[in-house]
Amino acid sequence: MNYLEINNVSKTYGTKKVLNDISIKVPEKSIYGLLGPNGAGKTTLIRILNQITMPDSGQVLLNGKPLQPSDIANIGYLPEERGLYKKMKVGEQAIYLAQLKGMNKKEADKKLRHWFMKFGIASWWDKKVEELSKGMQQKVQFIVTIIHEPKLLIFDEPFSGFDPINVNLLKNEILELRDKGATILFSTHNMASVEELCDNIMLINKGEKILEGSVRDIKQQYKNHTYDVVYKPNDGGEETHLTVSSTNPNELISDIISKGELVSFNEILPSMNDIFINLVSSSNQ
Amino acid sequence: MKIGIIIQREYLTRVKKRSFIIITFLAPLFFAALMFLPVILMESSEKFDEKRTIAVCDESKMFYGKLENTEVNTFLYIDNDIDEAKELVKNGDYDGVLYIPATTLSVPTNAEIYSMKQLPMSLTSHIRSSMKQVVEHQKLLASGIDPAIVKASATSINVQQIKMSEKDGTEQKSFGEFEFILGIFLALIIYMVIFVFGGQVMRGVIEEKTNRIVEVIISSVKPFELMMGKIIGVALVGLTQFLLWAVLTLAISGIASSFLPTPEVFSAGTVMSEQITEMAEAESSSALTEVFEVINSINFKDILWCFLLYFIGGYFLYSAMFAAVGSAVDSETDTQQFATPISLMLIIPMICSSLIANAPDSSLALWMSMIPFTSPVGMMLRIPFGVPIWQIAVSVTILFATFILFTWFASKVYRTGILMYGKKVSWKEIFRWIKY
Repeated sequence: MNYLEINNVSKTYGTKKVLNDISIKVPEKSIYGLLGPNGAGKTTLIRILNQITMPDSGQVLLNGKPLQPSDIANIGYLPEERGLYKKMKVGEQAIYLAQLKGMNKKEADKKLRHWFMKFGIASWWDKKVEELSKGMQQKVQFIVTIIHEPKLLIFDEPFSGFDPINVNLLKNEILELRDKGATILFSTHNMASVEELCDNIMLINKGEKILEGSVRDIKQQYKNHTYDVVYKPNDGGEETHLTVSSTNPNELISDIISKGELVSFNEILPSMNDIFINLVSSSNQ
Repeated sequence: MKIGIIIQREYLTRVKKRSFIIITFLAPLFFAALMFLPVILMESSEKFDEKRTIAVCDESKMFYGKLENTEVNTFLYIDNDIDEAKELVKNGDYDGVLYIPATTLSVPTNAEIYSMKQLPMSLTSHIRSSMKQVVEHQKLLASGIDPAIVKASATSINVQQIKMSEKDGTEQKSFGEFEFILGIFLALIIYMVIFVFGGQVMRGVIEEKTNRIVEVIISSVKPFELMMGKIIGVALVGLTQFLLWAVLTLAISGIASSFLPTPEVFSAGTVMSEQITEMAEAESSSALTEVFEVINSINFKDILWCFLLYFIGGYFLYSAMFAAVGSAVDSETDTQQFATPISLMLIIPMICSSLIANAPDSSLALWMSMIPFTSPVGMMLRIPFGVPIWQIAVSVTILFATFILFTWFASKVYRTGILMYGKKVSWKEIFRWIKY
């Protein structure tokens, strides 16, 4: 079951085609990576999902039904360009933003305090936002994004501005949210986190979809048959490390065995980072 | 309703600000002080003034016993010459010595006053006027005219303007100066209110944009709701401030006047005019009575209604434009090129204010009070003189229609502008956004 479906969405600003016939399917309870260089059209696509902008053509289905204004309550959005009112108290502000998502005040207060405890930031409740560091503000923003327990979460560069410890905390939270039933759309330039978190990805460049699929399949598809081999030569020399290209791994192994004792044999799959750079630069040509 | 939540936030964050509380509570004190200070000063200058004795060394021998003693000033006439008199002042026998030298001409026009301490201006002016009276009296007598005749012939002329109503021909006294001042005052308030609160709306929009909170919010509410929520919230802040100012100013002046010995001078409205009428019976057609007659003839309730209508219409029209400006720029320093032409439309009637208030039924005044961009200020200038109801109705209708139209334009600009970062925007671009 796909929780989110985007069908043939196009958007043009002036003469510039920002999105050209984009379609994606995001299965329920999965993390979907939205990848692409700056200016590829990711933010426009996300804004269409949030009903901030309307597509020129195409359709967005949420849970099988066309997107409606009331779906605001089903979506949590952490934009890349994000901020809070500096002069407002943290707790007050979090309640305000939760209310705008349709929660009532009492419920918002209770849930927010729970999350503040969980993130170890309960003591900030009455502080003004301007007293917090950038990373602290990001934590508050993350909580505000998920507080109304939306079915669809959209994170645009969620890890920017976090230290490694908090990146880890956030990753675990994101995985936990998925396990609890949320569908997550995740836009980032950080390819390491894509490999770690995403089940499926789409790569867009200049408004065009250039790659789509599960992370595992894509890596298989773009592998270049390179193997990392370690063996002990029969003549009693030191352990030898080799990177070999071969289309026939069986042959490669028997070849090595004849030379010595095989210690380890691994296929080197391309990193998402390499795939990203290769595809984007070739599509730019 | 989500717009209600936005209005609430916009309102509460502003009202809870320290600067709002300070201004709201200090301004009435300031207003009250402006009302009372002159009276208090007048009262106390007499009280705080020390009594002093001035020796008069009059060589002309014309002023003996003719200088009037007042509560604080006592004049003693001495026969010593001026050098001896100066010694007496040095010894502290007198506070000062007034030296009127004998002149070759028949009447003296100069005098000198010697003292150890600086003597107040009120003393010198008292001496000047006393001496002037004596000398003028002498001159009149010398040319054979009875001073009493001169006194009796002094006259002051009053020209009473009476405006006849178009409808029923009722006549109304008008006291041009008072309505003029009231008109300018009302126009100035509307002008300042639109600038101050319109500016607050603009800064609020810029704040949200530079904070980057705007994208989070418009994923929850429509940009139009956010814009209107802000405009309405700030309008309520303005009305709250007015209300508190009015209540506090009245309360403070009420309390203050009960402490002052002569409350009847300050207490406004009917009490005052009643007393004036009593006075008027004794001393008919004094200028002051006229003023109060006119004040009573002005319909303050209607003025208040008009003020509120034009405040709301003008504020909404301009704050929608200011919100659009705020959305199109990245920081307050970039607002100039857009805010200046808008401000100019509001400044024009202010520049013409004395022309309009001077001739409130002229065609300039009529146009200024009809064009929606100038009508809030333009009409306020005319209102105290009385404006035909149909003119007010037409003007208010135009104003409100324009504000609805411009709010719609502004929301289109706003919708695009708030998501446009790091881009210098031109007028041409803004007009294109309206067409989106």
